[in-house]
Amino acid sequence: MSTTNLFEPLWLSVQLAAITTVILMIVATPIAWWLAQTASRWKPAVQATVALPIVLPPTVLGFYLLIVLGPAGAVGSWWVELSGSALTFSFTGLVIASCIYSLPFAVQPLAAAFESLGQRNLEAAWTLGATRMDAFVSVALPLSVRGYLGAMVLSFAHTLGEFGVVLMVGGNIPGETRVISIVIYDQVESLNYSAAHQLSALLLVVAFIALFGMFFVNRRWERR
Amino acid sequence: MNTNALIQVSYALRRESFVLDINVSLPLRGITGVFGASGTGKTSLLRCIAGLERPVSGTLIVAGDVWQDNASGISRAVHERDIGYVFQEPRLFAHLDVRGNIEYGMRRRERKGAPDIDHVIGLLGLEHLLSRRSDELSGGEAQRVAIARALLCAPRFVLMDEPLASLDQARKDEILPFLDRLHADAGVPIIYVSHNIDEVCRLCDHLVVLDDGRVIADGELQSVLVRMDVPLLSGEQAGSVIQGQAKYYDDNDDLTRLEFSGGDIWVPGKAKVDGSILRLRIRARDVSLCRMKPEQSTILNIVPAVVEAIKSDQGPSMLVRLVLGTDRIVARVTRRSIRELDLKEGEEVFAQIKSVAVRAS
Repeated sequence: MSTTNLFEPLWLSVQLAAITTVILMIVATPIAWWLAQTASRWKPAVQATVALPIVLPPTVLGFYLLIVLGPAGAVGSWWVELSGSALTFSFTGLVIASCIYSLPFAVQPLAAAFESLGQRNLEAAWTLGATRMDAFVSVALPLSVRGYLGAMVLSFAHTLGEFGVVLMVGGNIPGETRVISIVIYDQVESLNYSAAHQLSALLLVVAFIALFGMFFVNRRWERR
Repeated sequence: MNTNALIQVSYALRRESFVLDINVSLPLRGITGVFGASGTGKTSLLRCIAGLERPVSGTLIVAGDVWQDNASGISRAVHERDIGYVFQEPRLFAHLDVRGNIEYGMRRRERKGAPDIDHVIGLLGLEHLLSRRSDELSGGEAQRVAIARALLCAPRFVLMDEPLASLDQARKDEILPFLDRLHADAGVPIIYVSHNIDEVCRLCDHLVVLDDGRVIADGELQSVLVRMDVPLLSGEQAGSVIQGQAKYYDDNDDLTRLEFSGGDIWVPGKAKVDGSILRLRIRARDVSLCRMKPEQSTILNIVPAVVEAIKSDQGPSMLVRLVLGTDRIVARVTRRSIRELDLKEGEEVFAQIKSVAVRAS
C-alpha cells in the first residue's frame, strides 16, 4: 500500500476521534453532573444505560445502531428527510455511533471528578453570590480539570481503536468510513502483514503516548 | 423594637432524629453568639438563614426585607441573600490564589457599602499572603482568608459557623486577636455559632442559647449569662461579663486598676489606660463569698455585693447572683457554705474575685 493510502484512513480516524471527543465533552458534562448530584431513584438505571457500551459486544451495539440509524429506522428516516442522505455508511453516522460507543469513557471520569468535588466548594460559591451556573463554570469546572483530561484521553483513544461498531454501521468506504482499524483488518485478510504491522504499531504507540501523558500529568498535579 | 435593626428568624425543620423549631429575633449589629452543645441545631439554623438547607419552611425577614416566607411563596436563592458565610473549614477554592479567593465574592456582589479591600486585608493580616496558592496556607491563614472573603462580598451580615473549631489551640490563639479587631471594628454584624463559652464571652454582645433545636435563652450577653436558669450556662460554664475602664497601671507590681460600677478591680499585666471600655470575664468558680470583709487576704479583689438570687447547681454546688453597683456577677459556692453562712437573698456580703480575664470591648 502506498503512503497516501495509509494516510487517508489515519487522518479519518483522527478526525472521527477528535470530533467525537468534542461532542462527548459537551454531552457527557450534564449527564455526569446529574449523576454526581442526584438523589433520584432513576440514577442506577441511567448509570447502567450509560455503562452498557462497556459490556455489550460492539457487534450487538453496531447491529442496533444500524437498525436505528438506517433509512428505515427511527433516527435514520428522519435524517433522510432532513438531509436527503442516509446516516448509515456515512461519516456522520460514524460520529453518532462513536459518541454512543465511547459515552461511558467520557461520563465516568467526569462523574467521579464531580463527585469528589462535593457540595462544599459549591455552597461556598453560592454564598459569595454565584448562581448555580456561575458556580459550576467558575468553581466546579476548573476543579475538575483532571477529570476532563481523563475523559478526553479515554474518549479519543477508545474511538481511535473502534472496530466492530464501525464495521456494522460504517462499512468500508474509502475517505468516508474506512478508518485505520478497518484497514488493519483488510491488510490481515489479504495476508499483507507488513502493512498491518506498521499500522498496528502506530496505533499502539499513539494509545500508549495518550495514556502515559494522562497519567504523567495526573501525577504532576497530585504532587502540587 | 425597630424591625429595621433585626433579623427575624422563624424556622421549623424536621429531619430524622432531629427537630429544629426556632423563632427568634437577632440584632443586626455587633456579634451575636449562637451557643449550644454539639448537635443542637446551630449549624442547621445558619444553613436555613443562608438558604443552604432545603427544603425548609419558615420566614426570614432582614431589616424589614422578606427573604423567605414560604406561606406567600417567597424564598430567595442562596446567591440572592446578601450574606457572608464562614464555614467550619475554610473551603477556599484550590484553583485560585488568595487574592482570587478574596475577589471571588467582590466580583459578584454589588460594591455599594462594601468595606474597603485594603482595610479588610490589613485587619486580617493578609498583606503578605495575597499571591500565595490557597493550598499552601496553614489552617489559621486559610481561615483568615475565608473570613476576609466573606466580609468583602458586602454582606448585610456574616454567618460564622464555629470558624475556630477545626483548629488546634495555637491556631485559635492566632485567629482570636483578628476576631477581636473585627469586633472592635464594628463594621458588619456577625452571627457567631460556637459551643465554646470562652469564645462567646470574649467576642459576643448578644447571646442566643440553643438546646435540642430550640431557643432556651436570648438577650444581651451580660444579662443572659447571669440568668442562672440556663443549664448550659451552669456548672463549670457559669460566669459573667462586666465592663470596666483601666485607670492606673502600677509598674512595680505589674497590675492594672480598673474601675467598674461596683468599685475597683485589679488585674494582672498592663492594660491600656486610655479610657477605652474593657471587657472583664469573671468565672463563677473564681468568686467566693464572705460575711465580713477579710483583712489580710492574698486575694486582691474584695468588693461589697448584695445577694440577689440563690439557685442550686450541679452536685454540691449552688449559684449565687450578686449585684455590684449596676453590674451582676455569679458566684459558684457549695451548698454547705450557703447553709453555714445562712446566706439569704437581699443580704450584703463581700465577693472575693480570684481571677479576671480582660479583653478589649
